[in-house]
Order: sequence, then structure tokens, then C-alpha cells
Amino acid sequence: MTDQVQAHNAPSTPRTAVVIGGNRIPFARTGGAYAYASNQDMLIAALDGLIARFGLQGERMGEVAAGAVLKHTRDFNLTREAVLGSALSPETPAYDLQQACATGLETVVGLSNKIKLGQIDSGIAGGVDSASDAPIAVSEGLRRVLLDLGRAKTTQQKIRILATLRPRDLSPSVPGTGEPRTGLSMGEHQAITTAAWKITREEQDQLAYQSHHNLAAAYERGFFEDLVTGYRGLVKDANLRPDTSVEKLATLKPVFGKDLETPATMTAGNSTPLTDGAAVVLLGSEEYAAAHNLPMLANIVDAEAAAVDFVSGEEGLLMAPVHAMPRLLARNGFTFDDFDFFEIHEAFAGTVLASLAAWEDEDYCKRVLGLDGALGSIDRSKLNVNGSSLAAGHPFAATGGRIVASLAKTLSEKGGRGLISVCAAGGQGVVAILEARN
Amino acid sequence: MTDRYIDLVNTPLPGKLAKALGLPRPSVLRRFTPGEPVATQPILVTGSGAGADALAEVILGWDVEVRRHVLPGEKLSAAVVVLDAAESPADLSAPLLELGQAVKLLVPGGRVVGISRSAEDTTDPARAAARQGIDGALRSVAHELRGGATANGIILRGEATTTDPSTIGTLRFFLSGKSAYVDGQFIEVLALPEESVSELAASTAAEGEGIPDRPLAGRTAVVTGAARGIGARIAEILARDGAHVIAVDVPAAGEQLAQVANRVGGTALQLDITAPDAGTRILEHVGERHGTLDIVVHNAGITRDKLLANMDAARWDSVIAVNISSQLRMNEQFLGSPVFSSSGRIISLASTSGIAGNRGQSNYAASKAGVMGMVRAQAEAFDGGARTINAVAPGFIETDMTAKIPAVRRQVARRLSSLQQGGLPVDVAETIAFLASDAAAGVNGQVVRVCGQNLVGA
Repeated sequence: MTDQVQAHNAPSTPRTAVVIGGNRIPFARTGGAYAYASNQDMLIAALDGLIARFGLQGERMGEVAAGAVLKHTRDFNLTREAVLGSALSPETPAYDLQQACATGLETVVGLSNKIKLGQIDSGIAGGVDSASDAPIAVSEGLRRVLLDLGRAKTTQQKIRILATLRPRDLSPSVPGTGEPRTGLSMGEHQAITTAAWKITREEQDQLAYQSHHNLAAAYERGFFEDLVTGYRGLVKDANLRPDTSVEKLATLKPVFGKDLETPATMTAGNSTPLTDGAAVVLLGSEEYAAAHNLPMLANIVDAEAAAVDFVSGEEGLLMAPVHAMPRLLARNGFTFDDFDFFEIHEAFAGTVLASLAAWEDEDYCKRVLGLDGALGSIDRSKLNVNGSSLAAGHPFAATGGRIVASLAKTLSEKGGRGLISVCAAGGQGVVAILEARN
Repeated sequence: MTDRYIDLVNTPLPGKLAKALGLPRPSVLRRFTPGEPVATQPILVTGSGAGADALAEVILGWDVEVRRHVLPGEKLSAAVVVLDAAESPADLSAPLLELGQAVKLLVPGGRVVGISRSAEDTTDPARAAARQGIDGALRSVAHELRGGATANGIILRGEATTTDPSTIGTLRFFLSGKSAYVDGQFIEVLALPEESVSELAASTAAEGEGIPDRPLAGRTAVVTGAARGIGARIAEILARDGAHVIAVDVPAAGEQLAQVANRVGGTALQLDITAPDAGTRILEHVGERHGTLDIVVHNAGITRDKLLANMDAARWDSVIAVNISSQLRMNEQFLGSPVFSSSGRIISLASTSGIAGNRGQSNYAASKAGVMGMVRAQAEAFDGGARTINAVAPGFIETDMTAKIPAVRRQVARRLSSLQQGGLPVDVAETIAFLASDAAAGVNGQVVRVCGQNLVGA
């Protein structure tokens, strides 16, 4: 009887999940300011900055979800350990999530869904990555020998096992950004896509310039004062070059796609560098925000994930968001014209430009996406208005939190609707819709 | 930052050596710990008249032994000299000579507190001479005291009496360890309007008898420059006293600011106080999160020292912009907003450099003297209401800033006060917390020096 009553009381329509605010540490270039900071150190710093901004000391949050792409085995419980190291109540539960570069956005989607369902009232979503403090593993040969040694009982057995060790087994195995199934690096994959869509060097450099210009302007007007907290002496993103120009970017030598038949166009300037950093977002129900006198920046409307077959070469590695987008828009009855801000993660300038080209291509949209015609074009003046990964850098799992918090603040200031697109390794991608509150 | 000489001179052998050589022998000061007793030994209340009698009654109510005369050989925690009825200089003789006997009996960290009326409130020359005379005598006693003891004065303005809430509140501050580094100072106390007295009594009763452990409970306080040093300590002490603290500092200090906010259970607000809308943004933040802004501590300040002959516009202008112009602009925004409490408190950081001047600090001294001018003028405007504004002028305080002074000069600067040592950030913070509390409701437009009676700027 009691259960039935409770079932009737459960909300029949989902609640609204809102973005209350965010915090990140400035992103550092690999080997820079955070060379000796661990993922846990950085995630704690990002959490503590958020806790300080919103007075959450000692609070038991509904849940904290975060993750890292490059992760040590000792960090098996990274997010929970970070919670324990933070000023939050130790009674706050946490879980780790990993979806490559979409990790951060996916934690926002997961926690906002729990909030909408009434399972939790508040949550902190985010991610962290360190390319400086990357895990280095022993070789597969050495690893087997060590495990066998542990199981050996007699000295004779041990000597026999050690005798199987070969000099090549002693070199460590360092993680790379290569795709396990193709052996190609992400940059080489993108180079194929960039060439296929005939994206020019000039277009890519122009996009990179715009990213730096927009990010610098956002810092200049104080946009990040309540989004970023300094860490280890760094106050702004170390990768930001406010004085860069299209001319300067044009002088850089290509680094990816040099083996292709077409001219190589991707440089260190129009590709994101390896980066260290962490970002978190405070989410809650409207009731939670109101009860705690906290701001409500934007509603989290909906999200969609997609994956593509890049292994066969049928689709580009980073083109999954292109597939997710029409599904998300159709479900919500929107077209690109219904949006005022677009946040397309700049893994490479070519990724953004290839996505835009694909959505504008009638033949592709019909043939590959199964649409009636082109999905539409995006007004460049609405794209990444406060800069994106080319300027800020891209600590893989931290990017989603950076984008969600920045877009939510933009919507709270300017109103309207915003669309997020994040590509990820493994041929995956996540897209999401945020909406201003009025 | 630590004063090793104090540690050294307070050990047996080096202590004797210092005495033999006539070197300064600073004491370890008695500082406040929550729950400390008002006094461990009897308190002497000298002076004749109704004011002295009434005050002795009040002190008796604190569960403290009160003496009206010195008993030979009996140690005293404090001597309170009540001279509010002095009519001519001749009236000072008996009570001050008795005080002379009492100071020999003071325990280490003992207190002398004078209570008198303002020379400015009389036109009678003899009465004014008596009142002004007390000032000189007490300052001299402060110079003479040793063992970490201090002498300070309360000056009753207008109709204020020896038992007014603010007189008692100020006396309690002087008697406590909170005033450890306040020496040779006078705080003027005003009679409160009837309605605020009953309001105060009600709030005090609600918190329990006597001075509540958390005198700032339920208050929201903004502290600028809170990321480190004195500002961080102010945030901690206000939070200890029950206030919710909004710690403000520039984004460049964000990491330390967040640590301070998390330590005190407050919130961190990153902004540049020289921005034209800084005050408005603070009000928005407080309005949204807390509703009312009760306490503002203008602590943020910078130094850009140069002899005036070598001064450039950048150095001069930045010091003025941060240290005084920003405060003027923010105060205007606070006072024009319904978010700022009708009994709001503003406490501004001045400096003894602003009182006496300091070589190489013409810009800094201008800004800090400016703070005192601003406080006095604003206090006039507040007169008759429940809002107050006061300034605290630190002398030599052991901070990262003074740690940069060359070693020999630093040692000399430390010893140039009656207490023969530098103060600590907590000493400044305690004085500010007192001025923010109900106990200081009748204290308005004052500049309280926290300088150990520094010879400079006295």
C-alpha cells in the first residue's frame, strides 16, 4: 500500500535540471605549470574552487560524476577520492565515467537525467586530464614475467621465469593518442577527413585565430571571473595567444597528413595541443537552487550520443556528432535557426569545419544521415563566441565541463538557446541542448 | 615572519643577558582564546563618583572580584580608572597615584583602562584641562608598562555613561586578549538612541547573557583582499564570531581565496575592486545569496613605494585607485542599496603611515590618510542612525609585506613600540571584529591604531 502511494507521488513528468555554475582551473600546456600535478590534485582544485564559489563546504551533494581519459590504475576511484580530498561532505557519493573526450559532457548528461528523474537534487559533473602525469606501463612481456614470478613457489621456478625475460621487454609502454584499431593518431585520422571535405589551410587558420581572439576578449571583459580559479600560479589558459594573427599561424609547418596525396594543412596552430586541466559544473533541480539561494544559469534540455564506423574508413573518426545532431534536433523539433549559440569543440579546426561542411552538404545529409536535404548552416558569429579548445587547450575529459559552464553563463547573460557538440576517440560523439531560463 | 628575538629573550639565560645589557625584553602577548575568563585576578576600579560606583556594580556581575582600592601585595588583572567626573586637573591626583600603586601589582598581560569625558564636549577651561590631562597621563602609563600589559582609554561623548552598552563593550574589548596589540589608544563612545539600546538588549538576551560567543551570528560580511595576510585572518576571525564571510580578491589570487573561503565556510568572489561596478557586483552576490549585507571590511591595499622625487604616475595612481578611490565608490554603491543593512558596519584599513607619514610612501600615506578623512566625514553622515564606519590603523604587523623589509630595519621597527614587538594579523582582525559587533554600536568615526603604541605616528 505504502509503495503504491509513493508511486503515485513520483513526478509523472521529469523535473527541470539547471546549470547553477561552474569552475575550472586554467588549462596548462603539457609539461608546464601542472607538470607535477596529478589528476586527483587538479580535480580537487577544481572542486574546491566550485565549493568556495557557492559555499558548499561540508554539503552532502546528491552525486559527483567525473572522469579522466589518461588514468593511472591507482586512480580506480578517482572521483570519489577527489571528493574525499575536497571540502565537500565525505558522505557525498561519486562515480567515475569514461567516454574519451566526451567524458565531461556525458557526466553532465548523466547527472542531469538523475536530477530530472528526482533521484538526486544536486550534483557536480566534470572531468580532468593530465598528459604530463600520464601513466607509463611496463611492457607486456615484463608484466607477464612479473605476474608469473608472483605465482612461482620455488627458487628454481623463479629462475626459469626470469630467464624468459628479453631486453626489449624492459622498455616501458607509453600511452599515445593512437586509435587501437587503426594505429593512426587522432591527427592523422582528422587529416583524412579534412582532406576529404577539402577544408583549406586558410579556413583552419582563420578558425584558430578566431578562437584565440574570442577567448582573449572573454578574459579581457572578466567573463571567466566566476568560471575559473587560478592554480599553481597559472591564472589564464597557458595556450592562449592573444596576439596571434592569421599571418603568424600561416607560417607554421604542417604536422599531420603529410603522407596524404593532397597538401598537408594541419599545423600545431590549428590543432589542439596536449593539455593538463580540470573542469566541474554544479547542477541541481530548480527547487535545490532556490532553496540554497543559488543562481540558475540555464536548463539542460536534452542530449544525444552517436558512434560511427571509422575502422572501415566509411566515416571520419571525429564525425560522430555530425550523426547525433539531426537526431537530437528532430526529437526536440528544432533546426539550427532555433539556436543563438553553438559550442563545437575544436579538437582540430578541421573537425569543426568538416562538421559544418557536412551539415551543409545536401548529398551527404541525404546519403549518409538519411535526411531529406541539408541539415543547415551555422552562422559563424554564433560559433564558439568565447573561444574554444584551439585557444584554451583540451585536457580531454575537462573540455565538456568547460563548454557547459561557459555556454550556460552566456545564455544567462544573453538569453536564447545553445547547442553543444563534442567529438571523441573511438568514433564517438555527444551533442546537447541548453536553454536560457526566460 | 616569526620574531625569533621574542622567543629567545623569553628563555632564562638569554633573558638575563638582555636585561644585563639593557636590551629590549618584549613579552609574549596575552591573546584571546574563546571562552577565556574576563580576569583571573581581581579588577581594581578607582575613581569616585556615581559613574565609578555603577561600573563597579556591572563588573561584579561578571563573576569577577572587584576592588575599589589597592590591597597591598594582591595581584590585579586590570585597573580601571574612572575619571568621568573630573572637574579640574587637581582631581586627577588621587586616582592616578592609586593607579601608580596598582600597576606594580598587574599580572603579565594586565590591563589599564581609563574612562573619561571628551575635552571637546566642554567649554570650561579647567574641566577641559582635566579631561585632556588624562590623555597624556594614560599614554605615559602605556609607555611605562611592561610584561605585555597595555593602557588604553574610553572617552565618553555627549550623554554617554560608564555603563552604556558600548562603554561596557569597549571595556570588555580592552580587558580581553583581543586588544593584545592595542596600546596607548583612545576610543570615543557615543550614547545610543533609545530604540537601538532596546534592540541591542533584545538581541543580546536572545543570544544568552553577557557577551555571546558568536557576536556576529547571522551577519553577512564582505572582506576585500581576503586571499592572504591580514585579510585572510580577518575572514577567519569574523567567521569564528559567527559571520558568513564573502571573501573578495582579484582573480590572480583566486587559488588562495578559495582556500580561505573553504576554511571559513564562506564564499569566494573574484573581482577587481577598482572596477567601476565592483560594489554593485558585491551587492548582487550578497543580495542573491544572503539578502542583507551587514559588514564591509575594506582591507584590500597595495604599496608601490618610491621617494616622491622618483615617483611615476603608475605607482601613484594605482595606490590611490586601490586603497581609497575604490572604497569611496563602493561605499556610495552600498549606501544607495537596500541590500546594505540599516545597522550596517563599514571598517576600513588605514595605516600608521597615514598618520605620521613614511619615507618612500607619499602615495600610500596619502591613500591611508584619505581613508581616515573618508571615515570621519561618513561618520558625520551616519550620526544619529544605527550604521557606523570606523578605521583600523595597523602599525608594524608581521606579514609577507613586512617580511620584505631588510633584516636590520625590520628588527629596529619591531622594537620601536611600547610592546617592543610587531603585531600579528590576528590583532588587527580582532579589533575589526570588535568594531563589527553590537558591542561597538556607539563607536563611530574612530581610527583605532593597532600598533603596540608605536613611537612613530603616536
